Amino acid sequence: MSAHSPTYFKDRLFYALLAAGGMVVLAGLYAVYLMEHHGHIVTGMNNQIVWGMPHVFAIFLIVAASGVLNVASIGSVFGKADYKARAPLAGLLSIAMLAGGLTVLMLDLGRPDRIIVAATNYNITSVFAWNIVLYSGMFATVAIYLWTMMERRMNLWSKPAGFAVFAWRFILTTGTGLIFAFLAARQAYGSALLPPLFIVISFAWGMAVFHIAHAALYAWNNKALDPAIMRRMRNLLGIFIIGTLYLVAAYHLTNLYFAHQADFERFILVDGGIYPQLFWWGYVLLGNILPLLLIYAPKLGETKCVVAASLLVILGGFALLYVFIIGGQAYPLNIFPGYQAASSFGDGQIASYQPSLYEFLLGFGGLAIAFLIVSVGARVLNFTPNDKPHIAD
Amino acid sequence: MNGIDIRRRGFLKTSLGAAAVAIAPGVLLFDLAHGKPEGASGKVRWGMLIDTAQCKTGCNDCVAACHKENGVSGGTGPTDSQWIRKVELKDNGSGRELSLPMMCQHCEHPPCVDVCPTTASFRRADGIVLVDKHRCIGCRYCMMACPYKARSFVHEALQGQNPDAPRGKGTVEACNLCVHRVDQGMQPACAEACPNQAILFGNLNDPESEIAKKVRSVASVQVRADLGLNTGIRYQGL
Repeated sequence: MSAHSPTYFKDRLFYALLAAGGMVVLAGLYAVYLMEHHGHIVTGMNNQIVWGMPHVFAIFLIVAASGVLNVASIGSVFGKADYKARAPLAGLLSIAMLAGGLTVLMLDLGRPDRIIVAATNYNITSVFAWNIVLYSGMFATVAIYLWTMMERRMNLWSKPAGFAVFAWRFILTTGTGLIFAFLAARQAYGSALLPPLFIVISFAWGMAVFHIAHAALYAWNNKALDPAIMRRMRNLLGIFIIGTLYLVAAYHLTNLYFAHQADFERFILVDGGIYPQLFWWGYVLLGNILPLLLIYAPKLGETKCVVAASLLVILGGFALLYVFIIGGQAYPLNIFPGYQAASSFGDGQIASYQPSLYEFLLGFGGLAIAFLIVSVGARVLNFTPNDKPHIAD
Repeated sequence: MNGIDIRRRGFLKTSLGAAAVAIAPGVLLFDLAHGKPEGASGKVRWGMLIDTAQCKTGCNDCVAACHKENGVSGGTGPTDSQWIRKVELKDNGSGRELSLPMMCQHCEHPPCVDVCPTTASFRRADGIVLVDKHRCIGCRYCMMACPYKARSFVHEALQGQNPDAPRGKGTVEACNLCVHRVDQGMQPACAEACPNQAILFGNLNDPESEIAKKVRSVASVQVRADLGLNTGIRYQGL
């Protein structure tokens, strides 16, 4: 039995994990094949709910990809050594999640085979088109940033590169928020609050993802984390969670104050079936209150609690996006203010949506792509934080 | 010497033949598609004035005519395309009821065109808003942006297409104001099919046209005029 060293089993486990991730990616590709072969009829999306589960996954990944870079920014831009040591890992996570999210978004297109048209016919007024530049630029800037940090001779440039990444991710998340903010006619969207809201939720979701990857990396390498560093990163997650709650509350409160939005808010917060359930139980309770307790309650706040809190924040993030994206479309568009409307095309009616298995397969495929990139990246390059003895700064 | 001349003559003949074979189908197809050499004119603004007083509840003739003309199945499931639909309205205050057809409003400032990443959604010089089915990547952002829910996404493979109104699985489509008919001097199928002549089609920019005269003389509104999109479709009695 003792013929094999513990490293041998760890190696085996690593390849098993890679294979599992690969299987999930394959399942996602199978869903894509079906969606392309039969059309979007195999999904639960329809002419009323035009963006569905794949968009929930994709937007989560893209928003978190931007937010995870906070760790890098605090290190490079604000010069905190504890975070600086973690910046490479943040960069890797960012690239991985961006790749996963964009893959999902692209493969959900009605004609993904024509993606090149997005480059050959560019519409300057389309925020989608801006995002194509922002997303590809993000890959490039983060890759350069990683290079300046990991190549000793380029270390001098890591601060300006860090600044570039800092600016770029703010603009990128603004662009993601603007996708919805520019939808003037829809009750759920068309608000200038959305870009800052997306930026703050990106902080919380990115930090949560970082905590999980960070803890996994430490556990895998049998390393112990300095409790002081743990405390700082844990408190940062707590502050970000409070920040998202504040902006989500501000968004709903402004809507509640406008008489013409009252029915929409009633739908989302009170009697809209799955949507208020997901909002209150999923987002507010599981995604915010419980994580805050796990972080701040006396005698809690250990690594296990923080990892649990992070998982809950991610779960809450998916719940919030589901309510925001699907719920926002399910509520009928008010085309004729002052009238009750009825038609064969869902006018005046709550639209129904049942996500199909294939949408989930595609979404999880995106998560698996991110997982594979991080696992391989962390295996072949040195992304494990190398802390100098902790000095309070 | 003579041999060289023959070869050159042969080459020229073959080249001319090949060029003719290459060009001929295009010319033929252009003719078959009733193509016009000149583009749409910016001096024209096609539009419609819909008299809701003449539009009867339960009558679906415009919808049936549109879908027949454009090869749309006419199904009303959640994934079926509906280029035009009848909307039944009831005033929240007075309870007054009315019925009207709803379709692409052919805005002067169309949100669908603004948001389209690939310029597949575009506005012709004469005001008709169209989707280039060869450029559409099926992102559905235009459907999110349209304030009138005028657009549908093709969710499955199609049959029985009308060559004048090409469609495609995985792309977005909407009322094209029967552009193929308009370009031949005809009116859209819905306007022609209405038993009560509730749909008046014409050039809003021509002061002498029937529609321009009527828009001047009767009260009409644009749906969601507050959005400032300046729609080509106007409604009377709404």
